[in-house]
Parts: sequence; C-alpha cells; structure tokens
Amino acid sequence: MINSSLTNSSLTQLSQMLANKTISSVELTQTFLNRIDALNPNINAYIALDRDKSLAQAKAADARIAAGNAEPLTGIPIAQKDIFCAKGWQTTCGSKMLANFIAPYDAHVITQFDNAGAVNLGKTNMDEFAMGSSNETSYFGGVKNPWDFDRVPGGSSGGSAAAVAARLCAAATGTDTGGSIRQPASLCGFTGLKPTYGVVSRYGMIAFASSLDQAGPMAKSAQDCALMMNVMAGFDERDSTSLNRTKEDYTRELAKPLHGLKIGLPKEYFAEGLDASVATVIEAAIAEYKKLGAEIVEISLPNTGLSIPVYYVLAPAEASSNLSRYDGVRYGHRAAEYTDLMDMYNKSRAEGFGAEVKRRILIGTYVLSAGYYDAYYLKAQQIRRLIAQDFVEAFKQCDVIMGPAAPSTAFKAGEKVDDPVAMYLQDIYTISTNLAGLPGMSVPAGFSNGLPVGLQIIGNYFDEARMLNVAHQYQQVTDWHMQMPELTMPKDVA
Amino acid sequence: MEWEVVIGLETHTQLQTNTKIFSGAAVKYGAEPNTQACEVSIALPGVLPVLNKEAVNCAIKFGLAINAEIAPRSVFARKNYFYPDLPKGYQISQFELPVVGKGAVTIQVPAVGKHPAYEKVVNITRAHLEEDAGKSVHGAVEGMSGIDLNRAGTPLLEIVTEPDMRSAAEAVAYAKKLHELVQWIGICDGNMQEGSFRCDVNVSVRKKGSDKLGTRREIKNLNSFKFMTQAIEYETRWQIETLEDGGTIHQATVLFNPDTGETRAMRSKEEANDYRYFPDPDLLPLEITEADKARVQAQMPELPEAMKARFEAQFGLTSYDAASLTASRELANYFVATVDNGAEAKPAANWVMGAISAKLNAEEKPLADSPVSSEQLASLLKRIADNTISNNAAKQVFEAMWNGEGEVDAIIEAKGLKQVSDTGAIEAIIDEVLAANAVMVEEFKAGKEKAFNALVGQAMKASKGKANPAQVNELLKKKLTT
Repeated sequence: MINSSLTNSSLTQLSQMLANKTISSVELTQTFLNRIDALNPNINAYIALDRDKSLAQAKAADARIAAGNAEPLTGIPIAQKDIFCAKGWQTTCGSKMLANFIAPYDAHVITQFDNAGAVNLGKTNMDEFAMGSSNETSYFGGVKNPWDFDRVPGGSSGGSAAAVAARLCAAATGTDTGGSIRQPASLCGFTGLKPTYGVVSRYGMIAFASSLDQAGPMAKSAQDCALMMNVMAGFDERDSTSLNRTKEDYTRELAKPLHGLKIGLPKEYFAEGLDASVATVIEAAIAEYKKLGAEIVEISLPNTGLSIPVYYVLAPAEASSNLSRYDGVRYGHRAAEYTDLMDMYNKSRAEGFGAEVKRRILIGTYVLSAGYYDAYYLKAQQIRRLIAQDFVEAFKQCDVIMGPAAPSTAFKAGEKVDDPVAMYLQDIYTISTNLAGLPGMSVPAGFSNGLPVGLQIIGNYFDEARMLNVAHQYQQVTDWHMQMPELTMPKDVA
Repeated sequence: MEWEVVIGLETHTQLQTNTKIFSGAAVKYGAEPNTQACEVSIALPGVLPVLNKEAVNCAIKFGLAINAEIAPRSVFARKNYFYPDLPKGYQISQFELPVVGKGAVTIQVPAVGKHPAYEKVVNITRAHLEEDAGKSVHGAVEGMSGIDLNRAGTPLLEIVTEPDMRSAAEAVAYAKKLHELVQWIGICDGNMQEGSFRCDVNVSVRKKGSDKLGTRREIKNLNSFKFMTQAIEYETRWQIETLEDGGTIHQATVLFNPDTGETRAMRSKEEANDYRYFPDPDLLPLEITEADKARVQAQMPELPEAMKARFEAQFGLTSYDAASLTASRELANYFVATVDNGAEAKPAANWVMGAISAKLNAEEKPLADSPVSSEQLASLLKRIADNTISNNAAKQVFEAMWNGEGEVDAIIEAKGLKQVSDTGAIEAIIDEVLAANAVMVEEFKAGKEKAFNALVGQAMKASKGKANPAQVNELLKKKLTT
C-alpha cells in the first residue's frame, strides 16, 4: 500500500519523507524501478534503464541526507528525456542513428540534477530527434498513453509524459520546440512548463531547432514544476543563448491570491479546429478562474494561423544543419558496407534516420537553398517577428493568456502518421510561444470522454513564477491534477 | 594584343589565441592527433559554441591596423557542407555581416629590372572570423583515412582584398606586407610552413584598357611567396594562351604543384556546393562597442607607417631607410634598442640594414638569433663615434663579435685596432710620407688633386690603418699648403 501512495506523492511530500527517514532514497528508487519493471514493458516510456547507476545515486543521496546537507530534490528519482546527454548512459534521442551512442559527458540539466542530489531513474522515449507530436517516430517504438493504451501520449516528450502520468517517476524532464512538453502534458493529464527561451541551458541537450528548443519540467503539479525549475534554470556560460539572470526561487509566488489577475483569451484559440469537448473543458476552467477573482479580457493574436507554416520553415532549416553532424564518421550509426565516402554518408544517413527526420531535413535543405532562401527562410523570420509582436500587444491588456494546449484529446496510434499536416496541427496553440520565446504551461483542467484535457497558460517573458502561481491556485481548488489512470498492476507491485 | 592580369587575395590567418574560437580546447601545433579535440571539437551531440573573446580582439586589432570599419554588429553564419574533417557538417563563419569592413593596405612594390620601385594602395573588402577544419590523414592506417580534429575550431581571420593587383610582384608585395602586419600587431605567428598564413589567389586576365573583369580561377592554399610568384605567373600565362588559342576560361578552383610549377583545376565551380548559409542560432550577433575598440586601441603597438614617419622626423632618416627599418617589427625594435643604448641614429640605421642584415641573410638566421645584440652594436658604434676605432676597424670588430670572440673593447684591445689620434704621432708619419714621396708632393702643388688622395692613402698605410683618417686629412692639408 505504501508504494502506491509513494509513487503518487508530490515532490514536497517525498522530500519530507526522505528528510524524516520515513523512507530512504534507495527504497524510493527501488519502488519506482519495480513499478517500471511491471508497467514499462506495456507502456514503453523508457529507452534506457540502468538500475545500478540509479541505485548508486540513491545511495549517495541517502548519505547526503544523513549528513544533513540535502536539497529539496535530493534522493528523488527523476526521469530524463533521452535528448539529454548523461555521462555513461545510452543517449539515443529516439534515433537509430544514436542507438549505440554512450554519452561521454553530462548535459547542463543533468549536472544540475546531479548537483541537487536527484536520482537519474532512466532515459525516456521520445519522437526521433524530438520531431513528432505522438511519439510514433521513435526508433524504439511508440509509447502508450496510460489513460488509454490505444492512444498516443503526444510528443515529442511522450516517454516522459507517460512516465509522469503512469507514476513511473516522481517527475520528468522534457523539451519543447513547438509544444513537445505542453501537448503531451495535455494528452496525458499532468503539469508541464516550457520556460522562456534562454532560461534553461541547452548545453548537452541534443539540438533539433536551436532557436526554439527549450527544456522544462513535466510533473504532477505546478508546485512540483516550481521545485524542478529551481534545479533546471540558471545561467550556463557554455550556452551563448543562456540568459545571465539572478537565480530565482520559482516557488516564491505560489501562494499569491489571484484577485485582479487579467486573463487574456485569444479569439483565434477558440476558433475552428478546436474540438468542442475540449472547448467545454477550457471554458469551465476559465469560469473557475473567475471565481478565484480573475478578470477576463478578449484579445487577438492575429498571426496565429501563420505560426505553423513559419515553424515548418524555420525548425527544419535549423534541423537540417544541426543533424549534419550525424555522418557516420565519428560516432553513431555507420553503414556496414559502402564503396566510398559519399556512399558511406548516403547509406549511414539513409539507414540511421527515420522518415519524419528525413522529411524535415529535406524541407530544411530546400528552404535554405540558393534561390529559395529569401522566399522561405527570410520571409519566415520576418513573420516570426510579427508573431512575437502579437504577444507584446496582447500583454499590454492582460497578465496571462489562456486557451487550450492542444486542439483535441489523445488520438489513436496510427491515426495521423500518414498525414503530416494533421499531425503538425496538434501544435497550433503551442508553436507561437516557441517562435516568440515566451513561457507556456499546460495544466490538467478536466476530461473529455475519459481523456485528459490541458489548459494552456502563456506568460510574458520570465513570468514563470507568476504562471506557476496561477496554475497552483487553480490546483488548490481543483483536483484534476491528482487524477490517475487506472493501471492493472501485477499483484506483488501495488 | 596586350593583356592585363587582375589579382585578388583571400588570406587565412590563424589567430594567436590560447584556445579555439568556440571552445576551450588548446590550439598548439603538432600535438598528437585528436589530443586537442574536446567534445565541442568532435561535435558531439548537444555541444554548443561559445565565442572566444581573444579572437574578437585580434579581429578588432586588424581592423584598427588597416583603418577599416569595424562592424558594431556582425553575425556568425553556418556554411553547410559535408566533409570528414568538418565535424559539425558546417563551418561557423561570417557571411553577410563580417566583423571588419572596408580598409586599405599600402604596399611597396620592389624594383624589377628597369621598372623602379613604387607604392600602391590595396583595398581590403572585408575580414571575417571563422573556424578552421580538421585534417584528413591518409596512410596512417592501412586502407583507411584518419581524421585529426586538433585543428578543428582553430580561429581564423579571413582577409579579402579587392581585385586591385596587376602583377605577381604586386600580389606578393601585398602578401608580404600583410604577413608582416599581422605579426606586427601580434595576431598571427606568420608561420607559413605550419599553415598559420595561407593565401588563396584569384587570377583573371583581360585586355588592357578593358574595365570588365575576366573569369577568374582561384589558386588555393599557397603557403610560400616563392610558390605564389610561380603559381600566378604560370596561371597568367596559361589563361592568356588559352584565350589566344580561342578557348574560354571556366571559373574553377586550382591547385599549384611546386614540383611541376603548374596549376591544375581541382573542381569546377559549376559543381560547387550550395553552402546554404544562414545565421547560426547558437551564437548571438557579435556586438563591438566604441569602448571595446578604445580598449583594444590602447593595446595596439605603434604601426609601421607611424613608426616610419617618426623615424624620418626624429632621426632624420631618409624615407627609404625608415621604410626598410620598419619592414618588420623585430628589425624596427632592434634599431630602436641600438639607438636607446647610445648609438647615433644614422650609423645605427646603416649598420642594422647593412652589416646585420647581410650576415643574417647569409646565414639564413632570424634577427632573434643574431649573435650581436643591439646593446653590443651600440657599444661598437659608440667606439666609432668617439674615434677609438675607424670604420674599417669596426668591421673587423663586428666580425669578431659575430663569431663570439667577446665584447667590443676587449676585441679592440686584443686586435690592437685602437685608432691613433695623437697629433704628434700622425704628424711624424706624415712627415715620413712627404719625404718619401716628393714626386707626388710636386704633382699636388702643380694642381693634381688626385695626388692628395694618394698621399692620404700612403699615410694610412704607414699607420697600418690605425691613424684617424680625418686627422690625417687635416694635417696633410695643412702641411702641403703652408
């Protein structure tokens, strides 16, 4: 019985249990590993597990706790998206290209968790090179949505999403280039935050689209996300786009009442394309906020419709260049047989990359080519600035923006794989914030036909603490974030 | 028909920094393969570039030295192409917005045959920062190619000229001037054998009087001035012959083969890559403020042109001498040190450009290895100035010093080269000479001026060269005219 309550506990509760020795980190880690053993073969949330490494870290954490210099996350098992290089760990980015790659160094995010004394529980499944919205492009197979095994968990952080939802970790990391934290958070029913671009270092995070990629927490509650942010955020001189700001405590505003909060509702986020049942859930959540004292303002983000085309020029352009290093020369997949250098490149890359990655490399190469650059890449950059300007205008009228995180609930596996454009539309409400560099969250707001629906909260630059406050206050009066999928467990693992 | 050759240069100068342009890896030449290849050099998944500020300072120094526009905002771009020694699959360079804009370099083109030496201004189009690639090593492993990434990420400043040069001599004069300048301001060690200074030369020909440029071919990676002369001369001849034979020149990249003295196309530009340049999203635009420029300006050494003007004004040197002495910073420093140690400027200039340079050339030694220090040269010149030794004797002393036989005074003593300046002793010698050469005395008195010189010679000979020649002249004149 203790196990079930353990895996469902908040980070604060776990931290307290560890501090007062109700449980050791080794026991906690073992509990999660047992649950993973029981459930992961079905869900496929993890690509790599290394019990010895995890338990060794847990043991070290116990020593640290005993020595009395524990931090809030010391001893807590965290799942890491397989996009982060972790020394000695298989680091695949969901690709055959890196299936054999053991990272020889730690990403900044990994170092931050190590320094905090957290336990690396394993590397989670993801869309190949973070390109996808359903986790179906992973070389290591799809991930099941814990709420309905026939459905996808969303993507690209699908493994982390399923792990959080199925309580296969205390919390997880994700990355979000166009919605890869928020859309799976919405589809799997938990809290996920994409911070302002530059708040979390990208060093050691395998690049998809450098100007959009941002790591963030995926956890059960806003409070847990705040504790995760305290570890993840911070300046790193190894990332030139990392912002040198004073370290902040993301929990500092959690308790603030919401009286007078101005919530902007962009009319474009409630227009055609939004599933009616999702709209109903979002409207109910807004009503809840009114009860908490918030004011509602209708706003407009007129260039929302351009965000997907702009994104699908810029992200593939950067990706086509970022993925050039996977050439079979120094590491990663190399074809077994080849006739010459060009043949080695061709075969290694043809074999190592999946269809979606190839599609984006081709698009990216095309839009950067001589004669097309101005019409595509440059034009897209111009529109990107317009999209960012939309938000600048909007935030003159409101404190936060709310809307759906995804246009629908979790869809069935296989449903959209052959229709890239339908798949790309999954990110219609999330992509603009990446293009603008703004922070965004998805917060559980209810269910539609038994499937979770996420409320998106978009804040102004560096307003993460405020957004977490806005989410936390909602979570004080609702229990959507406490809902868990019913999972059939073998008897001995409660 | 008269043809004109049009030449422009692109020079890659390796910047003298401790670490690579985008990582903390060392950049020492000749290390064991891949021992200076950190995670960024290898382009592991997830690594990111961070700009080395020292490389930026080097670029600013160069911009200041050629009086160029230094961009307040320049942008790093990715040049995408696949090659095994290019670990990221792209080179970080600057494309649309380079750090250094238009500037100029004044070159001295030496005299050739009956064409006199002349000065010319070569315009610099731009200079941009970029990273070097690694090296492919063939033959180290049987049946395979090796990759050495020690050099990958080494900072380079690529300096591009306008097509301003009209002969191999001008191109080489520019390259030499640039070579000296980058060493003078301390941004490049100038070592051409190790590839620290590599030139690509764009050559085209056109009919004299035409203002349209011909199709150019680019001679890649010339790492000696001798090869540069040979390559340009061969390429020019080849292009003229091709056109005169009714052929056409196709834009191409060519390599110079020092063994055959010929250039040969390595790839034609038609099949060249589309590099798909775009701004590197991993790096912020490079911003250089007036304060940054002022800070670097304060570290700048006096530039050759300024020093030349100062030498003319301060020491009364001729323009030619001042230019020769400021041909390298080392030489100029040596000259200044000689003067600072008490030598007079003009003789110091003559000795530095004369005896010292001749010896160094003959022994193919750099100035740093000169056995005669500026201090020693100054002591020698002081002994000439105070009449202790004659110029001729000084040459013997210099020779002895060069061969490590000791200090100036000791050598003068040991070799008995001290000049006789005692009037009585010289008078006695002159009296002897006059007595023994009565015929010459008569000739002089009859108006034959030449006889006077002959008598001086006799007197010097009689003193075994030790008599002070000025005194001999003076006393002899007195005796003959009274």
